[in-house]
Amino acid sequence: MSRAARIVWTRWATGLSAVLLLELACRTGLVPKLAVLPPSEMITAMIALLQTDEVLGNVAQTFSTVALAFAAAVAAGFTFGTLLHGLPRARRAIDPLLASYYSVPIFVFYPLLVALFGLNILPLVAIGFLAAAPAMLIATLLGLDRVPHVLLRVARMHRLGWGRTAILVILPAALPNLFQGIKLSLAYAFIGVIAGEFILSSGGLGYSIAFAYESFDNRTMYGLMLFVLLSAVLSNALLSSWEGRLQRRRGRA
Amino acid sequence: MSGTSLQRPSTRWLDGLLIVVIMLAIWQALYAYAGSVALTAPWTTFQFAAELLARPTFWGHVQATLSAFAWSVLIAAIVGILMGLWLGAFRFAGDVADPMLAALYTIPKVTLYPVILLLFGLGPSAKIAFGVIHGMIPVVLFTLGAVRNIRPVLLRTARSMHLSTPQTIRFVLVPAVLPEITSGLRIGFSLCLLGVLIGEMFASQRGLGFLIINGINSHNVKLTTAVTLIIVISAVASNGALLALDRRLHRTA
Repeated sequence: MSRAARIVWTRWATGLSAVLLLELACRTGLVPKLAVLPPSEMITAMIALLQTDEVLGNVAQTFSTVALAFAAAVAAGFTFGTLLHGLPRARRAIDPLLASYYSVPIFVFYPLLVALFGLNILPLVAIGFLAAAPAMLIATLLGLDRVPHVLLRVARMHRLGWGRTAILVILPAALPNLFQGIKLSLAYAFIGVIAGEFILSSGGLGYSIAFAYESFDNRTMYGLMLFVLLSAVLSNALLSSWEGRLQRRRGRA
Repeated sequence: MSGTSLQRPSTRWLDGLLIVVIMLAIWQALYAYAGSVALTAPWTTFQFAAELLARPTFWGHVQATLSAFAWSVLIAAIVGILMGLWLGAFRFAGDVADPMLAALYTIPKVTLYPVILLLFGLGPSAKIAFGVIHGMIPVVLFTLGAVRNIRPVLLRTARSMHLSTPQTIRFVLVPAVLPEITSGLRIGFSLCLLGVLIGEMFASQRGLGFLIINGINSHNVKLTTAVTLIIVISAVASNGALLALDRRLHRTA
């Protein structure tokens, strides 16, 4: 077995044994059953929940909110990142702001956003956007910084126009960073939306989990929680594998 | 010549000042748009924040947040660095764990809050645990990276100079990994604060996060805006200090 395969197998084995250990700890009463549901019951609860219209509606609401926030964040982050890259003085002025942005617990702004937009989907999109857009902006700046000057000179030598230089030279060279930004944006948008729903909202998965917790409905709570965690991990894994494929293709070319 | 070198820092200050003015203007504009049901104007907020800081009851909440925060940073730092050192020292374990930790980093940890509450009960220990699960992963990842990226030539040099193990640790290993670990701690620091504050917003009777949510529930816009301001300023200030330390370490390394 190759080393890479051994690593993947060990990863699966570690994950599975962690789940098994939790199952054992719950079954033997080491972890109080009132506090944590055994994983097997979480899975059955999740499957049962996903067949009800109410839960599917909440899933649709949360996912569409995340999608909106994510799309807006990537578009705005990329656009402003590109603009800022062309304006060194503005960039230098904004740099300290970017460096300390993620040190501010942005969820403290969520109540303000609710007051501004009302208790609907807008403050959730806004908090997801605020969580995600700077990551895309920073990644765009780093990516554009990384474009080797020699490539730009080659492009000029071949008399490529502005648009073709951007698409054929700059974009591929900046791609690894851009991809990192896209991945982080999706994760942060998801975290932002779920946290917003959790703190204050009238619907969605985060709200349902908080509601189930408050009404001591552990089966619903753990079923939904498992679903949220699996969605986050799966979407991240999908993007990572796509990224890996792109990188391998670049390596071959 | 001295003219240009003197001018540069002064334009930088000017640009910084401009950014602050622009942000205050945006704030004022938001206030003009949304009115006092959503947020208070900048000047009123600063005044009320100063008033809050003079109240002894307010310091009780500050102290509750700070002590939970300090404990969570301490635990996240110690456990995170130890785990990172261990995973970094064993290449295989590190390769197995790296993407798993990255996946854990991207999940919306808010959903786990009910579990933490069920396990730790209402009170400071739940807040601390919540801060730790937010802040620990970046510390582990950065430490792991730092240990892996130690250049082999450093260790060979230490051996050829016949340094003893404690000497190697003191003069080679620690200086080599310190800058990266500091970067990890800076991010962990911010995330611990985020975790503690969200914890307080969701289920707590004390602390700054509680004050914000309490302000919302009792329509005390003045309180919410002022506490948000205080949190943002202290987060940005402490991050600035850590960032300066971080940059100095990276420069000397």
